[in-house]
Formats: sequence, C-alpha cells, structure tokens
Amino acid sequence: MHEAKDVALDSLWSGGTAPFATHSKKLGMWLFIVSDTLTFSAVLLAYSYLRLANPNWPRPFHFYPAIVKSTGMTLVLLASSLTMVLGVAAAHRNDRRSTVRWLVATALGGVIFVGLHMTEWVELFHEGYSPWGTPEGIPLFGATFFGTTGLHMLHVSIGVLYLLFMAVGIGRNKFTADDVEVSGLYWHFVDLVWMFVFPMIYLMSIHS
Amino acid sequence: MSNHGSGSEGHQVGSTKLFVTVWVWLAAVTGIEVFLGYEQLRPTLMLTLLVILSVGKAALIVAYFMHLKYERFSLTLFLIPPTIFCIMMIVIVFFPDSMRILQLGTGAP
Repeated sequence: MHEAKDVALDSLWSGGTAPFATHSKKLGMWLFIVSDTLTFSAVLLAYSYLRLANPNWPRPFHFYPAIVKSTGMTLVLLASSLTMVLGVAAAHRNDRRSTVRWLVATALGGVIFVGLHMTEWVELFHEGYSPWGTPEGIPLFGATFFGTTGLHMLHVSIGVLYLLFMAVGIGRNKFTADDVEVSGLYWHFVDLVWMFVFPMIYLMSIHS
Repeated sequence: MSNHGSGSEGHQVGSTKLFVTVWVWLAAVTGIEVFLGYEQLRPTLMLTLLVILSVGKAALIVAYFMHLKYERFSLTLFLIPPTIFCIMMIVIVFFPDSMRILQLGTGAP
C-alpha cells in the first residue's frame, strides 16, 4: 500500500495503482458523478430549450407557498451539505460518535427536503398539474417539472438510505473515513444539482 | 478508522469556519437568485443570469465541499474540462433552434 502511494506521489501520470493519488472508490464516485452530471445536463437543457421556445409557459408558483417553500428546501439541502462536511471531518478525526451524529443529521435534512417537496407536489396535483397535463393545456410543463424534480427527489431518497447505511456501518466500525468521504461526494452532488433545478424551474415560472 | 488509503493526508484542509463561510455565500447567492426571479426580465436573459449564478454556486460546492481544490490538480483536469466539453456540445445542438422558433413566433402574444 505504501509503495503504491509513493508511486502516485512521485509521478503524476504513472501511478497505476492510485491514479491522481486518490483511492479507487473515490475515483469511482467521481466518474459516476460526471456521468450523472451529463444526465441532469441533458434533462435541464432539454427543459431550457422548451422553456425558451414557448412564450406561453405556465407560471404556477406563487410567492407563498411555492417560492417560500422551495427557498426553504434549498436552505435545508445546503445546511445538510454543511453537516455532511462536518461528518467527514469527524470521520477523519476518528471520532465515530460525532460522525454518526452528523450523518444522521444530514439524512434528516434529506428527509425534510423530500417531505416538503411531496407537499408541494400534492398542492400542484390539486391545482390540476400532473406529469401529463396542466390547466393551461401545456403538458410539457408537467412532463419537465415532474420529470426533473422527480429524478432529483429519487437521488435525494437514495442519498438518505446511503447515509443511514453509512451511519449504521460506522457505528459498527465497518467503514473507514474514506468511505464516509465518498458518500459525502454523492450527497454534495445531489445538493449541487438542486442549485440548478431550483432557479431554472421554480424561479423561471414565478406567478406574475 | 482512516488507517488505510492513499492520499488521505491531503484532504483535511479546511476549517469549520471556512465551510460556514462558503455556506453563507451559497445562501446569499440563493437570495440574489430569488430576488432576480421577481424582476421582469426576458426569459432568455433571466435564464442566462440564473445559470451563471448557479455555475458559481456549483463551483463553490465542488471546490470546498467536494474537496476538489485540495486534490491533485490533475484530477480537476481529468474531471472538469471533458464535462464542460460534453455540455457545450449539447448546448450547440439545442439552442440555435430554440431561438429560431422564438423568432418565427407561434402567433401567441
């Protein structure tokens, strides 16, 4: 292991066992994140294309509750990124108790996010918005809104399960600090995606 | 717990204070975006401004929360430019056509 590390540190490109001086799980997660970035890019760019090409795009989001709620959701998700960072730092200090606590706090942020998002969805359903139609008669709005936010919500839900799994594993001393860091990369990425979904979808359809 | 792994020594850079500062910046830019949402701007201009601000937020998250700033620079070179290249290819394919439709008009006000 030490030899591998030295090779990676000595030479930038010939560190065959530890490219870029990272461990393989971290590099694997980064590659997954790049591919998932392209998935969300395609979805959001397709949405942007439809949004700009359609002058009658629905604008269903009133200041209250939709914008207040989605801004709150943004802050909750950002806060959960902060607790995740603190969890990774605790893991690197070998402080297992705080690591578990921060991981559970982060997962709780994710649960609050999904909960708020579900109430938002239910309200939109009641107003007549669905993945296949809108009161304005522009089904593309429903398709892109529910498709994009649904794909993101799926990522958050998987992230919550991942973090709880990590918390249990850390409690039982089954994972290393590097494993916590890899789960942190995933969680921050989910946060990052929302930083695009929120302005591009909500703030572009504020009721006027 | 962190007794294995190559390259663990590099990532513990960054204090709680730094992370809280980054968080405050992210929240502040979110506030600017919400404010901007209530300005009456053309959708194209609005979307452009929002995406620029969001790219800034994404850069902060990737650099500090995801630690990329503290990794080897070669990792950044490996991950970021190809991603940007692929996204730009999608943009080049999509957007000229969306503008064309706008200029043709749909007959709607």
